Amino acid sequence: MLKTINLKKVYPNGEEALKGINLEIPNGQVVALIGPSGAGKSTFIRTINRLVEPTSGKVYFANEKNDITSLNKSKLRKIRRQIGMIFQEFALVERLSVMENVLSGRLGYVGFWNSFFRKFPQKDIEEAFRLLQRIGLEHMLDKRADELSGGQRQRVGIARALIQNPMLLLVDEPTASLDPKNSRQIMRLICELCKERNLAAIINIHDVFLAQNFAERIIGLKAGEIIYDGKASGLSEAILTNIYGEEDWSKTVAN
Amino acid sequence: MKDKKVIWERKPLIKNKLLRIGLILLISTYLISVFLTTEIDWQRILEGIPRGKNFIFAFFPPDFITRSDEILAGIFESLWMTIVATIVGIIISIPVSLGAAKNIAPKFVYFFSRGIIALSRSFQEVILAIFFVKLMGFGPFAGMVTLSFSTIGFFAKLLSEDIEEISKSQAEAIKSTGSNWFQWINYGVQPQVMPRFIGLSLYRLDINFRESAVIGIVGGGGIGSTLNTAFDRYEFEIAAAVLIVIISIVMIVEYTSSHLRKLIK
Repeated sequence: MLKTINLKKVYPNGEEALKGINLEIPNGQVVALIGPSGAGKSTFIRTINRLVEPTSGKVYFANEKNDITSLNKSKLRKIRRQIGMIFQEFALVERLSVMENVLSGRLGYVGFWNSFFRKFPQKDIEEAFRLLQRIGLEHMLDKRADELSGGQRQRVGIARALIQNPMLLLVDEPTASLDPKNSRQIMRLICELCKERNLAAIINIHDVFLAQNFAERIIGLKAGEIIYDGKASGLSEAILTNIYGEEDWSKTVAN
Repeated sequence: MKDKKVIWERKPLIKNKLLRIGLILLISTYLISVFLTTEIDWQRILEGIPRGKNFIFAFFPPDFITRSDEILAGIFESLWMTIVATIVGIIISIPVSLGAAKNIAPKFVYFFSRGIIALSRSFQEVILAIFFVKLMGFGPFAGMVTLSFSTIGFFAKLLSEDIEEISKSQAEAIKSTGSNWFQWINYGVQPQVMPRFIGLSLYRLDINFRESAVIGIVGGGGIGSTLNTAFDRYEFEIAAAVLIVIISIVMIVEYTSSHLRKLIK
């Protein structure tokens, strides 16, 4: 479903964020991407939908012929509609209402003036309402996003990504600013929804424990290179030391 | 432990001691010499006092009645000029401010827009007014063009600074949905700068009214022209009335605009 070939990113300051990533993700697979800060996790998922332009390499999406890196702007926008994104610190537009935030996931499908006057198709509005019900926030639809708590905001962020009706979710540190309880609930929600809709997902996550609990496959990234790719149960002390550096990993692995 | 004393001193702003002392000496010598060379002619000040007294007494009592038609016409002209200039200026400022925001515009658009802002900011309103009056003749139209032009420099500069400070991730999230450029601005950028936009609009309205009184004096029409005419005719009572009217309108506009700006979050 998604295949990257020798994907590289060098920032203008010479920093090599990605040193040739080769990765293949089948339909419906939830992958956790772990690694220390600065390993290139955020850069990696952003090069997939070209929020960050990759320096070289290829990204095939949906089929072997569809190389995202060679698309023109309007084709890129069409591809972006099929890739939902969930962000660290939620990235809701704070001064827009919950409903506007969710509906903004449909922007790729409506014209400018309709979106300007907030005239979305009836089925989009119904779908937004259904999603808000699913995440338990249907009573908040006219609240401004900045009035919500962290967990609620991330739920709205998930709804915004899902209303795109995507084939792939790119998830960037979804739990970085949440407490442990909310973190677990959000991870569970993301994984449940992926299963319901047979969605593939790449989840960047700091928390090794959460990654092991919720993802079937784990990829360890260090300094722009993949150094582990395998089952969650296959993570050993030695591998974690290799990814993150020397630390007492025995307790983490035991789980 | 007890025999070692910990010494701490605040680090000076300029680390190099020679440079620091040199700068202090240079600045103080300059300031002292400026004060010593300022000539104060007490004779002239003393002579000026009674003249000033006469001048001020000539203002009383302010006469609102005799030329009330002209005063009213002046006010309406100024208000028209202010409102139209503010709206026109802001409408032109919107694309300029987007172009002048580093995080949105490509390099050449950025420099072009910054150029427009610099051009508009480098001329004071009165100088612009003299220029436009020469170009288009006396009257409020020249004044309106002047104010619109100077609104661009003010508004686009401050709004573009606010645009440059938006949260990148909120804008990124909108982009990732597959939105087009205009939708991205409308959903990802505009909501973030709206409070500043409204605040600046009200503030500029306030400034433009005050400026409209000044540029009238050089031929830009409005209440300033009325004031100028009154002085030219030595009708100081009427000039006083005009001044009172200007002051009260400025106070009303300033109070309302600052109050409204506080309400927006």
